Formats: sequence, C-alpha cells, structure tokens
Amino acid sequence: MDFSFTEEEERFRAEVRRFLKKEVTEELLKDLEERGEVDFSREFTKKLAEKGWLAMSWPKEYGGGGASMMEQLIFGEELGYHHAPSGAHRQGINLIGPCLIVHGTEEQKGKYLRAITRGEVVWCQGFSEPNAGSDLASLQCRAVADGDDYVIDGQKVWTSNAHRADWCHLLTRTDPDAPRHRGISYFLVDMKSPGITIRPLINMLASHDFNEVFLDNVRVPKENMIGEKNQGWYVSQTTLNFERSGIAVPASAKRTLEQLVEYAKETKRNGKPLARDPIIRHKLSEMAVEIEVGRMIAYRVAWMQGKGLIPSYEASMSKLYGTELVKRLGDIGMQIMGLYSQLETGSKWVPLRGRIERAYLFSLGATIAMGTSEIMKNIIAVRGLELPRG
Amino acid sequence: MNLDFSEEQEMLRTSARDFLTKECPKTLVRELEEDEKGYSPELWRKMAELGWMGLVLPEEYDGMGMEFMDLIVLLEEMGRNILPGPFFCTVVLGGLTILNGGTEEQKKEFLPKVANGEMILTMALTEPSATYEASGVKTKAVAKDDAFVINGTKLFVENAHIADYLVCVTRTSDGASPEEGITLFLVDAKSPGIKCEVMPTIGADKLCEVVFEDVSVPRQNMLGKLDRGWPIVARTLEQATVAKCAEMIGSAQAALEMTLAYVKERVQYGRPIGSFQVVQHYCANMWINVDTGKSILYEAAWRVGEGLPASKEVAVAKGWINEVYKFVAERGVQCHGAIGTTRDHDMGLYYRRAMAAELAFGDTDCQREVVARQIGL
Amino acid sequence: MDFKLTPEQESLRKEFEDFFKKALKEAPPGWVAGLETMFSEEGWAFHRSLARQLGKKGWLSRPWPKEYGGQAASIIEQLLFNEVRGYYGAPGVDVFGVGMLAPTLLLWGTEEQKQQHLPPIAKAEIMWCQCWSEPNAGSDLASLTTRAVKDGDEYVINGQKIWTSGAHRADWSFILARTDPEQPRHRGLSYFLVDMKNPGVTVRPLISMEGSHLYNEVFFDDVRVPKQNMVAEENQGWYVTLMTMNFERSGVAGMMEAKRTLEELVEFCKETRRDGEVLARNPFIRHRLAQMAIEIEVGRAMSYRVAWLQEKGEMAAAEACAAKVYGSELGQRLSYLGCQIMGLYGQVKRSKWAPLMGRFESAYQIALGMNIAAGTSEIMRNIIAIRGLELPREPRA
Repeated sequence: MDFSFTEEEERFRAEVRRFLKKEVTEELLKDLEERGEVDFSREFTKKLAEKGWLAMSWPKEYGGGGASMMEQLIFGEELGYHHAPSGAHRQGINLIGPCLIVHGTEEQKGKYLRAITRGEVVWCQGFSEPNAGSDLASLQCRAVADGDDYVIDGQKVWTSNAHRADWCHLLTRTDPDAPRHRGISYFLVDMKSPGITIRPLINMLASHDFNEVFLDNVRVPKENMIGEKNQGWYVSQTTLNFERSGIAVPASAKRTLEQLVEYAKETKRNGKPLARDPIIRHKLSEMAVEIEVGRMIAYRVAWMQGKGLIPSYEASMSKLYGTELVKRLGDIGMQIMGLYSQLETGSKWVPLRGRIERAYLFSLGATIAMGTSEIMKNIIAVRGLELPRG
Repeated sequence: MNLDFSEEQEMLRTSARDFLTKECPKTLVRELEEDEKGYSPELWRKMAELGWMGLVLPEEYDGMGMEFMDLIVLLEEMGRNILPGPFFCTVVLGGLTILNGGTEEQKKEFLPKVANGEMILTMALTEPSATYEASGVKTKAVAKDDAFVINGTKLFVENAHIADYLVCVTRTSDGASPEEGITLFLVDAKSPGIKCEVMPTIGADKLCEVVFEDVSVPRQNMLGKLDRGWPIVARTLEQATVAKCAEMIGSAQAALEMTLAYVKERVQYGRPIGSFQVVQHYCANMWINVDTGKSILYEAAWRVGEGLPASKEVAVAKGWINEVYKFVAERGVQCHGAIGTTRDHDMGLYYRRAMAAELAFGDTDCQREVVARQIGL
Repeated sequence: MDFKLTPEQESLRKEFEDFFKKALKEAPPGWVAGLETMFSEEGWAFHRSLARQLGKKGWLSRPWPKEYGGQAASIIEQLLFNEVRGYYGAPGVDVFGVGMLAPTLLLWGTEEQKQQHLPPIAKAEIMWCQCWSEPNAGSDLASLTTRAVKDGDEYVINGQKIWTSGAHRADWSFILARTDPEQPRHRGLSYFLVDMKNPGVTVRPLISMEGSHLYNEVFFDDVRVPKQNMVAEENQGWYVTLMTMNFERSGVAGMMEAKRTLEELVEFCKETRRDGEVLARNPFIRHRLAQMAIEIEVGRAMSYRVAWLQEKGEMAAAEACAAKVYGSELGQRLSYLGCQIMGLYGQVKRSKWAPLMGRFESAYQIALGMNIAAGTSEIMRNIIAIRGLELPREPRA
C-alpha cells in the first residue's frame, strides 16, 4: 500500500494550484456571490477550456485530455478546495458529453462535443418531475412522434441553471404502455425552442438556481434523440469512467474548515480567542476528522476506477457521506459564530462573507438532490450488502 | 498511489483467518475470559511457529522482517476473532519499544525470545491518574549504586500477571515539561517488591494493577537514555494506537458480517427483517462506518510504517474508529434483538470490547484534542 | 394550564417520599434500580420485603376500585407514586402482577378470577411473570405458535416461550397461546393464567451480557390448565393484551431513576480530580451533564403529559410509545456518558478499583436491552408513525 503521489502528479497539482490561485480570486468569488451566481461562471469555465483542462477526463479523440484517474482526482480536489465555480460546465462535462461519446451518432458528436470542450454551451438536466423524484422512472413528460419531430408535453422541476442554460438533456415517456423503465426516451432540447417556459424556484438562500420547466408542444427533431427509442433510461445511466469519487466535497469542506479555524483564532469572545474554547476546539477537530475520512472515501473510489472497476454503492457512499458532512460543517460553523451566524451576505457585520450561513442553508438541498440520502442507503443495502429488497 | 494490499498481505490475511477460525473459536474466547491466565499456551506456541510474534522484527533477531502494514493485516484478523492473550502487549508494546529504543545488547537479548514465543512482555505506563500523557507518570525510579529503585503504582497494565518482563515507564527527574525526566526500564516481572493483581474489566482482557515497592533494577536494564525516555514511549504509543485501530476494524467487520447474515435469515411479519428499510439503513450506516474506518486506518498505518510524521493521521484514525466500532457493535446488537444481549451470543463479546478498545490509548476526546492542535488551534 | 399539585397531592407525595427514603436504607450495598438487579439473590429478598411493606400499606392496589380493596387512585396520584419510587430506585412493585395482570383482570377477569388473584397481588404474596415472546415471535408477536388444546375441562399447553423476565422467581405466569390455528393470526390466541409449579413447566436461564440472570426460556410440555384459568373468551387473547386504560404508563419511574443517576454522577464529578482539577470544572463534562439534565427534564415533562392524557381518558398510544422510546434511548446515552466520564475506569467491573461500584460498566451493557424489551424502538416508532401520525402502513411482502 502506498498513499503517496508521484513526482509528476505533485507537479501537476502545483500547476493547478498556481492557476486556481490566479483565477479563482476572492474578488471573483465575491463578485459571483453578489450577482447571486455562486458556483456559476461562464468565464471561468472558458479559462479551464483554454488551459485544456475542462474536458481532461474525456478521451483525446473527442477533444478531451485523456487524463489518468489520479490526475482527475488531483484536479477535482484542487478545484473543490479553491471553491472554483463549476455550474457552467458540470452537466456538459460530467453527464451529457460522456453519454454522447458512448451513445451519440457521429452527427450528434460533431455538433455538441466540441462546444462542450470549449466551454461554450451550458447544459441543464431535465429529469425530475413533480411526481417523479426518488422514483424517477415514474416520470410522465410525454414525447409523441409527429413527422420528423417529436412533440413534447410535460413539466420538469428542480432544474438547476435552466434559466442560464442553452440546452437541456431531457427524459420523456415515449411508450406509456411499456413497463416503467422501458418506455422512456432521451432527448437534447434547445432551450430557445418555442413552448418552453421557465419559472424560477427560489431556494431558502433566496437565490435562484432551481427552476420549473414547462414544455408545451415543444417540437424536437428526431435526430435529437440519444440512443434508441424507449432505451432512454439505460442510455441516461451510462457514464464514462471519468472520476466520480466526490472528492470536491471534502476538499471544499477542508477549505471552509480552514477558514473557520482562522476565524476562531482571530475572533475574541469574552476577551479570549474562540480557538481557546475547548468545546469549539473539539467541534472543529471533529470536523477535521470527518473531512479526512471523506477524503479517503473519495481516494478509494478513484483508486477503484483507476483499476477499471466501476464503483456503484461505493460512489453512493461518497455522495451520502460528503453531503451529510457538509450539513454538519454548516451546523458547527453556525454554532461557532453564535449570533453573527444569522447575518447574510452583504451585511458589514457578516463573518466570512456569509459563506457559512450559505453552506448551512445550501447543504439541506445537497442531501436531497441527485439521489436522497435515503436512496443512497437503499442502494448500499441492496447492491452492496445484498440485503433483500423491501 | 496504491491502495491495494500486496499479494503476500492477502495471503497472510487468508492464512491468519483460516488459522484463527480453526484454533481460536469463540468457545475458547469465552473460556479464556474466565481463565486466570487469559491465554492458551498451546495456541501461543502455534502462533510462534507461524512466526507471528517476530513478524515485524528484523531477521537478525529471528524475526521475519516484514512491514508494519503486514502487522496491521494480522491484527485485523486477530480483532476479527477477538484473539485473547498477550500478543498485542508482547509484540507492539514490548517488542517494538525495545526495537525503537533498545541497545544492541538489549535487542539481542530480548527480541529473539519474543520472536520465538519464549517471552511475554508488556508496558507499564498508565497509573491511577488514568492518562496516557507523560504528566500521568509519577512512579519514581531513583539511582542507587549500580541500580535504580522503583516505587509506585501502575494501573491498567495489560497482561502483567503473565509477563516475563515489563517495560516500566518511570519518572527519574522533574524537568521543565512533563515529557522530560522520563526513563524506561526493562523490569523482570519476578523481581522482589512487585505485586500484581488482575482487575475485573468489561473486556475481560486482564488489565492489571502493578505495585512497585522498592524494586531494584540493574542500570543496564535502562531502555534508552536517562530522563529522555518519553520519545520512545511516544513512538510506541503511535504504533500501538494504529495497531489497536486495526484490531478494532477487524472486530467491527466481523460484527457487521454477523449482523448481515442474521438480518437476511431472521423472519418476522413473513419476511426477512433485512428487507425492512429501517434495518437496511442501519446496515448501510454500519457498513459505511466500517468501510470509512478501513480507509482512514490504512492511511495512518502507511504513514507510521513509512516513518512519516503521523500524529494527526493517527489521532484522526483512532478518533474515528472509536466511534465506528461502538456504533457497529451497538447497532449490531439492536438488529439482533434480545438474543444479542445475552452472554452466550457473540455480539456481546464485541460490544463489551468496543468500550475497552475505545479507552485504550486515548478515547475520542483525547484524540480530538490532538487533532485540534494539528489543525492549528 | 396549571402545573401545580393540590395540597392533598403534595401531602401524598411527601408521604411517599418519607416512606421510600427510609425504605431504601435497607437496600443491599451498591443497590441500583433495575430488573437485572431485582432478580438477583439479594435484590429479590429486598424486593419481596419492600413489596410486603407496600402491600401492608395498601399501596400496590391504590388504583383499583374500592370493591377490590383499592382506593381508586387517580392517574396523577399513581404518577406521583411512581415518580418518587423511581427516584429512589425502589423495587417492591411486581411489574407483571401489579403492573400488567391486575389491570387486565379488573377489565376482563371473571369475578372468580378477581377474587382468587387480586388479593395475593395486593399483598405481594404472589409474583408473576409474562410468557409472551417466542423464538420466532418477537416483534411479530401475533405469529406465536405455542398451542393450547381443549381437553375436557382443561386446556393442554405445549410450546416454548423466551425472554421471560424473572420466570425463575415467579409463582404464576400469564401466557398467550394459540387456540385456533385456522383463524387469522390475531384471532386465534387465548390468554391463560398458569401456576409455575404445574407439571410440565420448565424454566431455563438466559444469562445477559453483563452476567445477570433476568431472562429465561420457559418450556410448556403438556401443561394442563383448568379452563377457568382462561381470561376472557377463547380466541380473544390478543385483545386482552392491548393496553388497559386505568393504569399509569408514562414511564416516569425510569425518568426519575435517570434523574437520580445524573445527580450521583454530578456528585462524582464534583468530588473527583483528574490532572489536578475537579471533573466538574471540565467544560466537556459540564456540557454533557447539562445536556443530560435538559433531556431528563424533557422526559419528565413527556411523562406528565402522557399521564395527563390518560387521566382525561385518552388512549395516548403514540405519546406512551414516544415516552418509552425516549426513555430507553436516554437511558442508553446516560450510561454511555457515565462510562465516558469515568475514562479508563469506565471499563472496570465492581471491585476496589471501580468508581460508583462499577454501575456504569454494567449500565453500558444493560442499556442495550432497554431498546429491545417490551417493544423495540423500531416498533415504537412504527406505532407512532401509524397510530399517532396516521401515516400509511408499509406494504407487506
């Protein structure tokens, strides 16, 4: 066993770090916060593209970097640690791009992949519906063939960045009579198509990330279907073996913890720095332990992937653990800041520019989005531990 | 990076598991809980024949010269089977301490006997103050002619009642810090003036009270330098803490497997209880605990084995695994229902030891304070 | 709303206080409340002696109607009694006879059964045990398979019971057995009163993790029971076991035991020095003890609320379950806290080295059973969800 990185890997890490120090400045983050676009920057995404790092996980023939799993891990860790905004490329790079590489026609690949690797197009994901959340396969948004088009009718919900996106990858039902998983087709939809209405869903942070998306007689050309008709469920489950260790979450938490430690050292209460308060020390230390654990979970997933194994329930654990961890971190951060914790970004009194309050509120959604914690545990129990299905 | 065990390590694991399953059934574990000695000399001899006691000792001392990580693998398996007896204190607390701090003569004298299973060692560190910090060492050693005379009471000393030699941690002077003025001695357990009594404990693991009354130890039995013994103890504690974590993870893994088997088989309301979502989530949480515990253990063990600075990683590992083992054992009992609370069920063997193991080498609060210092607080 | 007690209630509480304070002076050394301790040799002697005193005072039958020698004590009066008794950790009340069977008989028993069994319960002459659970019928109690077959004027009982607390001490038992295997599960069970001296009854001990003898297996091998020992009609047994109304079941006694334990722990922390400083000055210990004090006050308030609902004649099933699960989980946290505060000494069994006579070392183990016995925490939460919150049932396989 060996937990060290090679010299080359260390060099790569240093280079990424230099780049991020220069590009992800406090000014940039502050600006995004003030614009209500935390984690979303087309400009930064373009810079990653220019550097050749945006699609580093993709095969070279599709404009990717063909990076090793360890490089991807390091890259993800540094991006997370520096709180680099990823909202403008996450869907394209991690989900729809890889899916097209596997299932797309030559035409589709030509049309979409290049734009993604250049960071020119923002994608959103049209999966969840009001009555299809954890039970996604019960989705009802209909697509009916009509000449050379499909006509799509229905509603999507919790669509992150729909109001910022150029394109949407969308799951629809094309055969209502087939068993649930077998009547679903997968489409690429231009967000400028007539019939699409976006209604904002403002989250608890009063920021606008989620949307409802209504599709009313939206015509989509047949060639925008990915894979075969009624095979959409299986197509959407395909992912390339790019790094999905979840490293960004503990890495980002580590940075936040460091900021909290700094805060505790600089802030006096009753004439004594918070850092000398034993209870606060232990709370922070508990988080440090949990963050180290989270990092090791992610390393292990990446390591599995590097060997060509496909993580299934291991990735579920990483998701579950990471998001629950951020919840605790937000909670502990709030406790440490005491009365100040309730202040919001923009107040001159707010510590750490309101980052902790944001984390506290934002973390609530993280244990729900992309599979709730409960669903993650079900997956672990049934797939990982082979317990009988309920 | 390489997060896999080597083929040799996998083989070691398999053979250790086979051996312990056969030679150390739970019936023996229970028997030895009641036994005065608390170990089986026959099993001890067989383990020596396998070379286990000398696993990580260099070949020149009759050891096998294997890595620290190999020892971790072995200890996981011992934890899995809750092997009773003085392996841990002889090899980790005694053998490694002599290896870390002994003179060539001392190594030559003691280590081959350890490797061959002829000698049982232990460390007498903790006292009624019940702390692993240097400040807790009050037992005095005073120079007298060519010897030192030791007076004091040691408590929670593992297997002192069967040990041949004790590595006794004493205070020889009062320095500027509690860490200064500590001196280690290799004390013959049969020396006049030593009184030893086994304490009844939850883990039935033969922790002893050892009273030193004017115990005379020859000067050449000093381990390390006068007044500068603490760094040797600190190094041993670091190794022992990780080693303890390995035992705990092995135990937690066994408790998890036992629970999974049970919930798949136990039927209530016409279906296996493992099909109820609440039980599934308990099990998923148990597995996450064990799996994360392993990851964090191996990183710490690797660092310790490589001789890298590891204070933070070791404290992180113990702080986490303390909670892991307790959680898994407790939920394991809950999944078993009443049968899990009985003396004759194996879950209890693990549950009771989860507490003893947490206390050994620092409970969660102690570890958190170490981590707090390490993150700049 | 008014949390104040009436002057009569105040003086009653004072009377209970005076009695138990004095009575506990006779307790065996290191006495800690609990079934585990009560069924030990010296615990049982103490229990019986105290029970007889309580019987003489008529306190065991206070809630009963006057015609059966009771005083028709209100739920709140029972609450006060149990509160004080719990605080002093006093045994003396047979949880099965006084706590379960008497209210059942009052509601379901024939006049003959009442005359036969109530007076010995009131005077603490006869101790009872409850034979319900079976190896394959735990949480799913209604699946039990012990058979009772009618044979003339008798029933013949065959089968095995398990987790029978104190069966080795009990004189009589009340048991559930299947009288009609053709009926749906809940509708084929009957409720019997069985003399433990009956030929064919065998008791085998089950030793708990920490070494105490609380549980037993009870085997019934052609045990003949006269049919007048059946409570209620044949096949009505399940409904007989459902909670009876006139009996306080707020869990206040357990909460008060916890309160007393916490007080002792606080004392210990004030008296014990570590690293030259009293434990009570350690900020972690202070916070944890304070948190426990908060939780105990919450639990006590819950108990009062359950009793109050009962006083008003409400079933309060969900609230009683909440109090049970809250109490047992609190008990577990308290035992863990006790061990934690003891540090390395937390693992030492009762001996000259063990602080507080090693009570937390055994509490750490005993606490496990509290989340399982008399309805697991999972079942309690199911009941809260289904009956209290009216959530739909989980689909059955």
